Amino acid sequence: MQREDRRDFWFFLSPWIVGFTFFGAGPILAAVFLSFTDYSIFTRPHWVGLANYRELLFQDPLVPKALFNTLFYTVFAVPLGTFFSLMVALLLNQKVKGLPVWRTLYYLPTVVSGVAMGVLWRWIFNPEVGLLNTALRPLLQAFGLSDPKWLLDPHLAKPAYVLMSLWGIGGGMIIFLAGLQSIPKQLYEAAEIDGAGRFSQFRHVTLPLLSPVVFFSLTMGFIGSFQIFTQAYVMTGRGVDNSTLFYVLYLFDQAFRYFRMGYSSALAWVLFAIVLVITLVQFRLARRWVYYEGAAS
Amino acid sequence: MSADGHPRRILGRVLVYSVLAAVGTLMLLPFAWLVRSSLCDARAVVQPLEKLADFIPPTIHFENYREVFRAIPFFRYLLNTVIITVGVIVGSVLSSSLCAYAFAFCRVPYRKYLFYGVLATMMLPGIVTMVPTFILFRELGWIDTFKPLIIPAFCGSPFAIFLFRQFFLTLPPALIEAARIDGATALQIYARIVMPLSRPVIVTVALFAFMGSWNNFMGPLIYLNSQEKWTLQLGLNSFKGQTADQLNLLMACTVMVLVPVVAAFFALQRYFIRGVALTGLKG
Repeated sequence: MQREDRRDFWFFLSPWIVGFTFFGAGPILAAVFLSFTDYSIFTRPHWVGLANYRELLFQDPLVPKALFNTLFYTVFAVPLGTFFSLMVALLLNQKVKGLPVWRTLYYLPTVVSGVAMGVLWRWIFNPEVGLLNTALRPLLQAFGLSDPKWLLDPHLAKPAYVLMSLWGIGGGMIIFLAGLQSIPKQLYEAAEIDGAGRFSQFRHVTLPLLSPVVFFSLTMGFIGSFQIFTQAYVMTGRGVDNSTLFYVLYLFDQAFRYFRMGYSSALAWVLFAIVLVITLVQFRLARRWVYYEGAAS
Repeated sequence: MSADGHPRRILGRVLVYSVLAAVGTLMLLPFAWLVRSSLCDARAVVQPLEKLADFIPPTIHFENYREVFRAIPFFRYLLNTVIITVGVIVGSVLSSSLCAYAFAFCRVPYRKYLFYGVLATMMLPGIVTMVPTFILFRELGWIDTFKPLIIPAFCGSPFAIFLFRQFFLTLPPALIEAARIDGATALQIYARIVMPLSRPVIVTVALFAFMGSWNNFMGPLIYLNSQEKWTLQLGLNSFKGQTADQLNLLMACTVMVLVPVVAAFFALQRYFIRGVALTGLKG
C-alpha cells in the first residue's frame, strides 16, 4: 500500500515536476549562467564575468531610473489598493442589501486585460478630451488650475498609473470580504459583552483576525506590481523623460529589442534578489503585526 | 439591541449606501465612457463634452463595429486566441487536478511540506524565467508557433493545484477508501470518482485559465511574430498604433475584446468569486 501510494504520488505529480524543471528551476539557474555572459541569441554565449553586473550597478543610468519608477509605483499602488479594497470590503460587510450586485460591480474592472485597460485609460487620461479632465475641469477651473497632462507630464505619469491601478481594487476586496465573513460571530458577541464599542471591536477582533489576509494581499501585491509591464507597454512605453520606464519594460527592451540576453538575465536576477529581499523583510515584519490563530502550531 | 430605528443608525445606513453608490459609479464610469466612445463617429469622439447630456453621442454608430472587421483581421485573431485558450484550459484542468490528486490522496510522508513547497513557487517572479525560457523554446524551434503558449499550461500551476487540492479534501474519504478496497487503481479513482464530483472546482480553474490566456499579452508578444498568428491582444495593441484619427474604432475593438471575458464573468461569477476568495485563506 505504502509503496503503491509513493509510486502514484510521483506519477500524479509528474506534470508539475516536469514543468518546474523546464519552466521554473531550470530557467532560473540558466539565468544565473547567462547573466555572466554576453549573448545575442545569434552567436554562442561569451563569458564576460561580472561585466553585466558592473554595467547594471554602476554604469547604466537607466537602471536606477527604472528601479525608482517601479518602487514609486509599487509603494503607492499596493498600500493604497490594499487600503481601499479593505475599506470597500468593510462597507460591504455591514449587512448591506444586494451584496452580490455590489460585489459584481466592484469586481468587474479586474477582468479587463492589460491591453484593453491600457487602451481605455490612455484615452481617459487624454488631456484635452479625456474623461478624467472632462470630469475634473469644473473643479480645476474653480481653483484657477490648468488641465493636467497626466501621462504626458513626467511628474504626473506615475501617479496616473497609481490612480489607474485603483480601478482594480475588486480582487483584494473579494479576498478581504471572504476573510471578514470567516470571522466567527461569537467573537464579536463576546467583545460586546465585555463592553467593547464598534471601533474597539474593529481594533481588537477584526484587524488581528484579518491580518494574515492583509499580509498575503500585500505580499502578492508587491510581487505583482513590481512586474508591471503590459499597461506601460501599451499606454506610454518609456514615457516622457523615461518617467514610466518600469523595470520589466526595460528588461523586456534589453532582451527582445536589443537581444542582450546576458544583460537582461542579470537584470532579471537582480529583480529576483530585490523581490526576495522585500518578501523576506515583509515576513520578518509580519511577526510583529500578523496574528495567526493557534500560532503555536 | 433594537436600535434599528435610531436616527443615527439610519444616517449611518444612508452614508454606507451613498459611499457604495459613489464608488460603484466610479468603477462603472470607464466602461460607460468606453461604450460611448465606441458608438460615436470619428469627429464626435474627440469633441470635448460641454454638458452632461453630451455623454450620449448625437448619433449612434453601430457600424463602427463592422468597420473594425474591415480594418483588421479580427476573426483571424479571434480564432488564434480561441485555439490557444482552449489548449490552456484543457492543460490547466488536466495537469493541475492530477497534481492535486497526489497531494490530496496519496499517503506519502511529508506531502504537506511538499505541497507548501509547490505553493511557495507562486512567489517566484515569472519575469526571471522569461529570457531562459525563450531561449529554450527557440532551441526547440517553437518560436512563431502556439506551443510556447499552450504546452506550459500542461505542467500544472500552483494556484490551480491549490484550488483542486482544497476541493478534493472536502470529498468524503470513505468513497475513495471503498474504491481502493474494490481494487481500483489511482487513475481509475481519479477519472471515475474524483473528477466527476469536482465540477465546481473544474469550472473555477477553467475560468481562471480562460481569463489568463485570453488576456495574455507578453507571451504572444514574445513568441508570435507573423501577423496571421497574432492573438486579439496583439491585434488590439497594434490597432492602437494605426488609429490616431479613429479612436471610435479602437474603442469598438476594445469592447469586442472585452465582451467574452465580461460575459464569462457574469455567467460564472459564483465560481469565480469563490476561487478569488480562496486565495486569501490559508490551506
